[in-house]
Amino acid sequence: MSLSGRLSNQEVARYSRHLIMPEVGMEGQLKLKASSVLCIGAGGLGSPVAMYLAAAGVGRIGIVDFDIVDYSNLQRQVIHGTPDVGRLKLDSASDRLNAINPEIHVETHNEALSSSNAFRLLGGYDVIVDGTDNFPTRYLVNDACVLLGKPNVYGSIFRFEGQASVFATKDGPCYRCLYPEPPPPGLVPSCAEGGVLGILPGVVGTIQATEAVKLIIGVGEPLINRFMIYDALRMKFRELKLRKDPECPVCGDTPSVTELIDYELFCGMTVEPVVTKSSSDSDEEISVEQLKLELDGDDDLFLLDVREPEEFQICRIPGSTLIPLSELPSRLVELEGRSEMVVHCKSGVRSAKAVKLLREAGFKKAKNLSGGILRWIDVVDPSLPKY
Amino acid sequence: MATKIMIPTPLRVYTGKQDVVEAEGSTVGELLANMTNQYSELQKHLYGEDGKLRSFVNIYVNDDDIRYLEKEQTPVGPEDTVSIIPSVAGGGSSR
Repeated sequence: MSLSGRLSNQEVARYSRHLIMPEVGMEGQLKLKASSVLCIGAGGLGSPVAMYLAAAGVGRIGIVDFDIVDYSNLQRQVIHGTPDVGRLKLDSASDRLNAINPEIHVETHNEALSSSNAFRLLGGYDVIVDGTDNFPTRYLVNDACVLLGKPNVYGSIFRFEGQASVFATKDGPCYRCLYPEPPPPGLVPSCAEGGVLGILPGVVGTIQATEAVKLIIGVGEPLINRFMIYDALRMKFRELKLRKDPECPVCGDTPSVTELIDYELFCGMTVEPVVTKSSSDSDEEISVEQLKLELDGDDDLFLLDVREPEEFQICRIPGSTLIPLSELPSRLVELEGRSEMVVHCKSGVRSAKAVKLLREAGFKKAKNLSGGILRWIDVVDPSLPKY
Repeated sequence: MATKIMIPTPLRVYTGKQDVVEAEGSTVGELLANMTNQYSELQKHLYGEDGKLRSFVNIYVNDDDIRYLEKEQTPVGPEDTVSIIPSVAGGGSSR
């Protein structure tokens, strides 16, 4: 990092509350100005991270994202506002950061992070902040950080619970030391499925921003070898010990991963089954158009909704019966005597599991509503709210 | 005497929404076996088909990972708190 830069009088005024603290001071502020941070994702975690780092005077902030601002983002992604709905998140975030601090440089990368661009994107920054929302990208960011020797400031959230740590520093552990392998798809719910308290990424993201600033300035005790767990409902922080695993496949003594791999495949998410499924398993699926016809003609058809009660309260298909997927195995008795049955959820993933379970339990005519209630709203009943 | 087990948010659906459950056992292995007897749905989330703890679920006794203690043989008592810490990917980006 070159510290030859100076602060203008305007910058001195802007950063004066940093400059008068011995832990930051002029030296620390110049380090921030000379530094660069890449935020992977401009979502719930990326919002506070990027905004605070911009305000703190990190000289160059990169953001990787390719998504568009949606109404359902606004409850937590505070970098975007209502007028930004429909815009690229990158454009919205960039405007906000420039408004907070025009002294810094914002670099936008309108692409999905992948094994083919990760080295190019991450290579240009000092610190990487991981605010993604899926396992393949988590493992990709981790492995790329280890292989490039860049610290990975990690944060993760679900409902009321958050996790944070600093991975891939020189002597510290990496994400794979903690979790060598990802869970199989579908076993761990995402925020889109399980929900998240809008404020939670604010807490976890500001922890990430704090750690990034500490790493850059070189003060305090970074969150290395430690795993912070935050429970918003109990308002408790707990700290667990982490260790670098000598047998870690990527940062261990004899690593087996020495280049970036196919992370979708690693996480068991291949496109192939989806393609073959729609043709070969057509007797297990029904379209919303077909369901509408059958409901209009045949009142014997049993419509089973396997979403959670909270989702059922938002919108429902008239005549449906609610049994959440998690309760289905113990409530099969309620379905006795049913034959023709259509099962639905929000978008079709949970109901596909339910149909598999039902067919194994003897309900051979159970069918999955393709696209779930979202598709139903799009095609059949646009008066219902989408969530 | 029973030992407290902290249940993470994603698994609370299998413990009747409880965030803490209690179970008997003198080792982590016994404790978890007794817990999954009580809450059978937890079984497949903690253990693979090979009967081993899944690699995306870590078990801590107080603040230490059992992989660096005596694994499932790690002794536990009523004064200990056992935590189940699964990997969580959420970043609040998704819709």
